[in-house]
Amino acid sequence: MTALLEVEGLSVHFETARGVVRAVEDLSFAVERGQTVALVGESGSGKSTAALSLLRLLPAGASKIAAGRVRLDGRDLLALPPRQLRDVRGAQVGMIFQDPMMALNPVYTIGRQIAETLRLHLGLAGPAAEARAIELLRRVQVPAPEQRIHQYPHNLSGGMRQRVMMAIALACRPALLIADEPTTALDVTVQAQVLALIDELKAELGMAVLLITHDLAVVWETAQRVIVLYAGRKVEEGPVGRILTRPRHPYTAGLLRAAQWAADGDRLAEIPGTVPSPHAMPPGCAFAPRCALAEDRCRRQAPPLRTLEPGHVAACFRAEEIAP
Amino acid sequence: MSPTLAFLTRRLLQLVPVVLAIAALNFALLHLAPGDAADIVAASSGGASAEFTAELRASFGLDRPLHEQFVLFIGRLLTLDLGWSHIQQAPVLELVAERIPATLLLMVAAITVALAAGMLLGILAAMRHRGWIDGILSVVALVVYATPQFWLGLMLIVLFSVTLGVLPSGGMMTIATEMGWAARAADIGRHLVLPSLTLGLFYVALYTRLMRASMLEVFTLDFITTARAKGLSETRIGFVHAARNALLPVVTLAGVQIGHILGGSILVETVFGWPGLGRLVFDALLQRDLPLLLGILLVSSVVVVLVNLVVDLLYGLLDPRIVHR
Ligand SMILES: Nc1ncnc2c1ncn2[C@@H]1O[C@H](COP(=O)(O)OP(=O)(O)OP(=O)(O)O)[C@@H](O)[C@H]1O
Ligand SMILES: [Mg+2]
Repeated sequence: MTALLEVEGLSVHFETARGVVRAVEDLSFAVERGQTVALVGESGSGKSTAALSLLRLLPAGASKIAAGRVRLDGRDLLALPPRQLRDVRGAQVGMIFQDPMMALNPVYTIGRQIAETLRLHLGLAGPAAEARAIELLRRVQVPAPEQRIHQYPHNLSGGMRQRVMMAIALACRPALLIADEPTTALDVTVQAQVLALIDELKAELGMAVLLITHDLAVVWETAQRVIVLYAGRKVEEGPVGRILTRPRHPYTAGLLRAAQWAADGDRLAEIPGTVPSPHAMPPGCAFAPRCALAEDRCRRQAPPLRTLEPGHVAACFRAEEIAP
Repeated sequence: MSPTLAFLTRRLLQLVPVVLAIAALNFALLHLAPGDAADIVAASSGGASAEFTAELRASFGLDRPLHEQFVLFIGRLLTLDLGWSHIQQAPVLELVAERIPATLLLMVAAITVALAAGMLLGILAAMRHRGWIDGILSVVALVVYATPQFWLGLMLIVLFSVTLGVLPSGGMMTIATEMGWAARAADIGRHLVLPSLTLGLFYVALYTRLMRASMLEVFTLDFITTARAKGLSETRIGFVHAARNALLPVVTLAGVQIGHILGGSILVETVFGWPGLGRLVFDALLQRDLPLLLGILLVSSVVVVLVNLVVDLLYGLLDPRIVHR
């Protein structure tokens, strides 16, 4: 059986005044049914761009999906006519975003915003839709859902709004949930609750999750597979146990060390250097300028992805030498 | 008392000092102008002697010190006595009351046309951003925006009344014809088309541009991406999700511009012979009818303040984040 989601050679470019930004370049990965795949990387590495382009949600005009295929259940979403794509959005694939403060329409009640999806995809209207909305809110653990449906987003806390977003995303029992940093904007305690809820619902609905995050602790707890993005390219992918214990790319190793230092309370827990400007990508490996292991060939030529063990790939010439 | 009711009461109470201040300002401004009613009456009776003019002045109370005149004026105001027009030989309140419905009708029609059309065209232009519809609308809006109102009015008359002969060119109703109320309403409606278009078109252009810009800004917000991710059609996203948010700045501007529209109606009423306040202002100015002018200005400021209040309430209905306290 094929995977639920198969992404092949996805490239997304932004036309800007200073030239073309290759935000995502030749990205391939798969998400199996019921699996959680984490997409990690620093800010600006192209995580959101990749996630949004799966459903062609990037703003039209400036952005262009330059190449690639995104197959959901074997259907290429990038080639789908708009009408059919809309039937996939919100029904087979649900999505939640980083900033729950901005993700809901401020002028409509949350009941109405949930019911909208129910009417569109399930044909539910009136009292039936309202009852279902209440049920969904209860399922995502929003207290007093009967009253909440009449409230507006500004009446709710960030955590509550993210739950409402989940109620909307899960309203039609999608096969895949795309969660773009769903907890980054929330308080630490609320973060844990929301993540636990995603896990719970995933098990209950049997859905797959593409979880975008830069928090490796979250990855460890929720994901089965990890994809590491650096400057728009996949630099490593593998099972979570492998990636987080025996990384094979210096960038992943750096992320891990940084995460450990951060956990120990050390404030200098950064990888030295900065991500190269998207307008001035080095000719070779994009990580070479920050890499302790970099040698001449790294700066001349981008290392290809190599399979090191079954299911574990990394884009580094010296992958075998990296100490855990 | 509900918060909205409390808000209303407070706003209405705030009206009192505002009206007094406007009255004081109007009074002062008009007294700064040379010449008064006595001069006018004297002049119109064919060059009177200085004694006669002084007598007139005394009989009008114009010889008293200014502050006394003002106190008397305010005192009468509080009993809704707006004074007596020496020129028209009638109470000011009566003159104003007679004319105000026509002006309100014209203004409401113009604002409705401007908001409805401006919103619709703005939404359309934004949804077809950089398409040919957007391009045509932008050019047309710019042309209308730059066209003088009186010229536009005259051209509309030439086109619809003279050339096509489908709409009346002036007045508010067909005079000296008996008709039922439905036919009368239709008759007034036909007379209303050209003046309200003339008055409203400038604002249609303005609101189209504003609505378009506002929509384009809303389109970049996160909840629009959420709406797309839900699978909604672009039409629904534009008209339901973006428009309601984009409307807010347009309504604010419309509220601020009420006074401006009232000013514009003076010109339009003159072009179309519309029997409203505008004509009255025009005549009062020419004849230096001080009490009448004061009365009209006061009443129009009250209208503007009241309409602003309505706009504030409307804004609260449109945006649930606004709570009137
Ligand atoms: N609308 C846009 N126009 C031009 N460039 C863009 C646009 N959106 C994103 N980019 C660029 O694309 C690259 C990837 O951005 P993206 O938002 O996908 O990163 P991210 O990994 O999601 O970061 P974060 O963790 O901050 O959310 C960045 O270099 C960014 O500057
Ligand atoms: Mg992002």
